[in-house]
Amino acid sequence: MINYHLDHLDYLETEAIHIMREVAAEFERPAILFSGGKDSICLLRLAEKAFRPSDIPMPFLNIDSGHHFPELNEFRDRRAKELGGKLIVRTVDDALEKGFAVQAAGQISRNQLQIPVLLAAIEEFRFDCCIGGARRDEEKARAKERFFSFRDGFGQWDPKNQRPEIWNLYNGRLNPGENMRVFPLSNWTEMDVWEYIKRETLEVPSIYFSHQRRCVRRLGQWVPATELAPPKPTEDVRDLIVRVRTIGDIISTGCIESPALTVDDIIAEIAAARVTERGSRADDRVSEAAMEDRKKAGYF
Amino acid sequence: MTAVHSHPIDLLRLNTCGSVDDGKSTLIGRLLYDSKSLMEDQIEALERSADITGGGDINLANLTDGLRAEREQGITIDVAYRYFATPHRRFIIADTPGHVQYTRNMVTGSSTANLSIILIDARQGVIEQSRRHACIASLIRIPHLIVAINKMDLVGWSQQRFLEIKDQFEEFLPRLDIKDVKFIPVSALNGDNIVTRSIHTPWYPGPTLLGHLETVHIASDWNLDRFRFPVQWVNRPNNPTDPSLHDFRGFSGQIAGGIVRVGQKVMVLPTGFTSIVKQIWTLDGPLEEAFCPQSVTLILEHDLDISRSDVIVDTQDLPGASSDLHAKICWMNPRPLQPGRQYLLKHTTQSVKTAIVSIESRINIATLNKEFGIEELCMNDLAEIRLKTAKPLIYDGYAANRLTGSFILIEPGTNATVAAGMLLPPSEVARPEYRDFAI
Repeated sequence: MINYHLDHLDYLETEAIHIMREVAAEFERPAILFSGGKDSICLLRLAEKAFRPSDIPMPFLNIDSGHHFPELNEFRDRRAKELGGKLIVRTVDDALEKGFAVQAAGQISRNQLQIPVLLAAIEEFRFDCCIGGARRDEEKARAKERFFSFRDGFGQWDPKNQRPEIWNLYNGRLNPGENMRVFPLSNWTEMDVWEYIKRETLEVPSIYFSHQRRCVRRLGQWVPATELAPPKPTEDVRDLIVRVRTIGDIISTGCIESPALTVDDIIAEIAAARVTERGSRADDRVSEAAMEDRKKAGYF
Repeated sequence: MTAVHSHPIDLLRLNTCGSVDDGKSTLIGRLLYDSKSLMEDQIEALERSADITGGGDINLANLTDGLRAEREQGITIDVAYRYFATPHRRFIIADTPGHVQYTRNMVTGSSTANLSIILIDARQGVIEQSRRHACIASLIRIPHLIVAINKMDLVGWSQQRFLEIKDQFEEFLPRLDIKDVKFIPVSALNGDNIVTRSIHTPWYPGPTLLGHLETVHIASDWNLDRFRFPVQWVNRPNNPTDPSLHDFRGFSGQIAGGIVRVGQKVMVLPTGFTSIVKQIWTLDGPLEEAFCPQSVTLILEHDLDISRSDVIVDTQDLPGASSDLHAKICWMNPRPLQPGRQYLLKHTTQSVKTAIVSIESRINIATLNKEFGIEELCMNDLAEIRLKTAKPLIYDGYAANRLTGSFILIEPGTNATVAAGMLLPPSEVARPEYRDFAI
């Protein structure tokens, strides 16, 4: 006798599959943003669930900041190949060279610089929709964003003028030059993502698990000591057993001291955690409205 | 920490509604705070903003007022979603503001909810705004309602006052279509009866707010009666390397109602072709049966011409079909709705052109009375209208099925979503276009 009832992961999964299929059916040239991070790994599994046994009917796009963890890029390339998908990579380095991205004085982190590169890639391939792995539990501005997040001709998000989203009826209509960002994982929490990775036995890059790394103490957290922003003699540098909880620019991604070697360990750790995931990203600490400002400018 | 658990049972979606200053944001902040769903950095950020804005005490409302503009003006401007968990359940809160554009936001926040919390200020009792909340919850057909009578500390924890307000509300209930209503005396500011039982209410025998949220029965909130499967995407592998996939032709979608089984006889509408379900395909292997709201891919015995916007249904229980529609709508755009105007109507997986034929009546959402002789609808109006579509819609009444009975209207040109619609029961059952082809 079947119990006709979905548990929370089944529910989140069917909601996300429905959204992915709406994108495939209603847009001409969609893409999936795939970084190799845990959220986008879930996105690709959902794409398999939505479209198999056919090929996933959209390419994967990654904006490489040039400050990525090497483990992440290796994983990204391998996973895309395993799925038989077409991976498009556009880099901040290339954009800086060509001059359509310009580094602000004193700016070391490259999160901001990904914006013009993403917008240029959208224009180059004429993508009308990009599926991203953002979740509403990550941050207060994201808590107000829709599944189908409309962007104007400049890629901007207008939080005060969002289309109402009612039932499961998504309005994906665009005029030329406009663009949609779609977030099938909107209702997922960090815990849901890890539980899904466990349930689906998905591989994740090694940096999510505990490993030894030389770290430097900056702005109250340990970040990887790298050539990109070498430690100053006055800074506290240590070899620690750490893992990352969320992955951004390597120079500003906080490493947490952790013995977690398996997905089960990570789930237990999150259940006991006292700091949110984004608490370990310096880019959101700049001001309370940091994410809101980046999104208005066209960020993911 | 007990706030998250690796094996929760299910997911409850709720929305909260209240007027300005009745403590809605504080209530949500309190639920998150007392269920230990807040993290150190969030508490730290709260304390930081308390220092800046003065006052000294932590302002729980700061947790939910996310956007810069909101913090500046001290109001909530849009629907925000919050997540928390207890060992028994996961929760998604749609936090809907209670001022301008209130109806539009509440309709949005309620459309996916199992339960709605209405907040009433114990000093003020049931006001027009409370009645509006209840009416919208009823129109959207939210299965469960909690009336949280807040600020009980400011009326001396008076049982008499609590009962007065309960009576005021119950007077109104017979007009509504809500079966499960619970009244709880609380103080969100101090945390009484939110997560822990209050020492001030020995006269109240019921559960705390969270206690009720954890135990309310939601298993039957989805429609399992009549099989409805709007086709979203035709699944046909291109040049597959696996020869067994050469003839694969599946129909992918989310089940919008009922249960489907292998071997079941089904009809495709609007064409009326019938066939048998040969396989229910999923990435995790074939299923013997599937139910609403699962996402699956159906393979039928016969090779039929089926595409997005077609609906696969049970042959025994057909939906309605008509291009003359009668519906309740919530108007959500600053430009008024007038008869004669044309829009795009999105219903399940299809979009069709539609024209507004007439405005039958406007619903006074404080009394649920109908007002006639209305020439146009303004933002936040609820009304009954008649529409004509360019091709017949295959649908159920909203009361029978939320997913096959709802639609949105999109304005051509701006592409704005201008209305949410709930269809009244169809007067005609779908008649297949090609009866002769029935197998």
